[in-house]
Amino acid sequence: MYVKRILAACAVAVLGTGAHAACNYDNQIPVSMSAAAFQAWKSAAAAMEECGNFSAELNQEFQEKQAAGFAADPSLYAIGGVANSSLVPLQDAGLIRPLDDLVAEFGQQLAPSQLIEIDGQVMAIAMMVNAQHLMYREDILNDLGIAVPETYEDVLAAAEMIKAAGVVDYPLGGSWKTTWLEFVNMYLGYGGSFFKEGFQPNVNNADGVAALEMMKALSAYMDPEYLVADSTYTQQQFQKGKIAMANFWASRAGAVNNPAESEVAGKIKFASAPAPVSGKIPAATLWWDGIVIAKNISDDAAEAAFRVAMEGIDAEMAAANPDDAIWIIAGFTPGEVASGAAATAANGARPYPASSHMGLMQKAIANNIAAYLNGEKDTMTTLADMEADYIVSAKEAGILQ
Amino acid sequence: MNARTFAWFVGPSVLMMLVFIAAPLVSVFIQSFHVTSPVLETVEVETCTPGFAAQICETETKTRPLLDDAGKVITSTEFVGLQSYRNVLELSRVADVFAKGNWSGLLAIDFWKALRFTLTFTFITLPIMLSTGLAIALAVNLATERIKGQVIFVSLLPFIITPVIGALSIRWLFIGDGILTALLEWWLEADIAMFAQAWTIEILMLFYRVWHVAPFAFIVLYAGLQTLNMDSIESAIIDGASRWQRLRYIVIPHLMPLIVFLSIIHLMDSYRVFEEIVGFASESHVISLQWITYDFLTPDDAGNRSISRASASSMLTMIGIAIILIFPLRQTWRDYYGRKI
Repeated sequence: MYVKRILAACAVAVLGTGAHAACNYDNQIPVSMSAAAFQAWKSAAAAMEECGNFSAELNQEFQEKQAAGFAADPSLYAIGGVANSSLVPLQDAGLIRPLDDLVAEFGQQLAPSQLIEIDGQVMAIAMMVNAQHLMYREDILNDLGIAVPETYEDVLAAAEMIKAAGVVDYPLGGSWKTTWLEFVNMYLGYGGSFFKEGFQPNVNNADGVAALEMMKALSAYMDPEYLVADSTYTQQQFQKGKIAMANFWASRAGAVNNPAESEVAGKIKFASAPAPVSGKIPAATLWWDGIVIAKNISDDAAEAAFRVAMEGIDAEMAAANPDDAIWIIAGFTPGEVASGAAATAANGARPYPASSHMGLMQKAIANNIAAYLNGEKDTMTTLADMEADYIVSAKEAGILQ
Repeated sequence: MNARTFAWFVGPSVLMMLVFIAAPLVSVFIQSFHVTSPVLETVEVETCTPGFAAQICETETKTRPLLDDAGKVITSTEFVGLQSYRNVLELSRVADVFAKGNWSGLLAIDFWKALRFTLTFTFITLPIMLSTGLAIALAVNLATERIKGQVIFVSLLPFIITPVIGALSIRWLFIGDGILTALLEWWLEADIAMFAQAWTIEILMLFYRVWHVAPFAFIVLYAGLQTLNMDSIESAIIDGASRWQRLRYIVIPHLMPLIVFLSIIHLMDSYRVFEEIVGFASESHVISLQWITYDFLTPDDAGNRSISRASASSMLTMIGIAIILIFPLRQTWRDYYGRKI
């Protein structure tokens, strides 16, 4: 209900201002969508709503709903909003359809980089990318004569100088409630890979040790409550001028500089995510969000759903909401907010390696890393425990024998 | 009441209990001895995902579940005996800890860490909850009639609030520079971070739980006080008994069945401590047994969940509740039948 009301309000607001041309055809077949509830999806759903006969369920439990909803026949949702990792269960269970024909017929405007292809078939259409990258207070770095950090060693040195100058509460911030992702980023940055031959785990090594130790060094410059800091908390710390630097989500780049919310609007600049040490790739992973179309619906319904989706993620929608996300929609050129993510990608950051076994590894990391940062476990125990936990769940999931 | 009427009265409730409590319990019991997993094949997959200028293509070895003709994932279910229980309890590591005498190592194992918190939480809140409830009940009992209604209403407020919402509001009062943390910092002139270490979070949790459940203890004990025999109190006063002696030898024995009832309810409830963990987002520092079950059940990003370990963990929670309830239940039994068992 709440979502619908928001959507209705968005639609009314958009129509009222006339900034957004309405859908250029009337959709006759009912289309429904399930997606996450952040602002980018709200904007896209509001644009899809203009075609008529459309309903959206946007909430944080979308992943659990999608798995069950798409398995029904006919599917409960025609369109699914997914990301790197939430595509995996739908793709594995064969619940989404290849889109090649639909792209050929109705998707001529799409840029090639928007297509997610698995074994040569288009399975999803991306609308935005997201990555963590360096955000820093330009005024503080200039005042103290610090160059923009390129490696985490630079970050530590800069943090030490900012701490000594005492200009902010904490030199570093970060949404470390999801510490597993920080570890994944750092470990990949050091050049580690998570698996050996045959899906055997591979984190108990020199790269794993280096990643853990770097994280502990960074945490010393953070708010002591960093393990409960989520993205919104970090965003507010930036906005209130409490932190000077963070490796932080590109999707929040608009908000940290939004004069309506931020006390330091305009002073925050974006750069590539730092590499752990010089010569390595940035410690960051690239994420995307996009749409998939259900398999268990009729071809007509799929065609209607695809056309509605294309209206929702078109250049007009992106132009009307430029700061909601790093749109990669053809015909729209992202501005300043995309600069950090683009630099991170240009420096060689890789896509998040989403897969079923990586999901298990992620949970094994998540359940052990806090104990290390709290000082309850040492480096070797932590890494060994991650591998042991992974092996238990991988055996349960049938990946390891 | 004849047997037929009795059956008609309890029938619907027994049926509901069988369908909604007994049947799921049996199912969880069975699942805890089995593991169901999809039948997988290993494939080389080329995946192209969006970059900025162009796609980024990578070829990786992945597993993929096999689908049957109807397009459903083929699964296989295997009897694994006590394996899921072993995975939850991690007994081999516990043996290791005992062998080395390294006790802090025990608290690095999830289940035992959670058990430690759950037990301290349960047994610390129990006496505080009872004494706070009794104190409020005695105070309200002595209050003048004119303000009694208002005092009862205010005292009951914490009990009305939804647990998760209550936990969230405490969290917001204390997290970062929340109002109460800022106040404490100003008062103590020290930098305080309540969510930076486990023990401060645990104190907040204890405080929250007592705040939340004491009104229930209060209302039950207050009702009990209304049935107190005033003759005994008056004779005690004539005999020169002090206020404390009256409380100790007349009031508390009179309330004892209610205190046992409250204890049983509280032990069951707080052994299932969960709202505090979720509301305080404390899983990096403090976890409870119910949270472990929840964590096993929560699908990871790729949709995997550990149903078998979740089942084993909930069976273990049930066994734990049964064990700690033995003592108060034995007490009740004695009170009713007046003989030792």
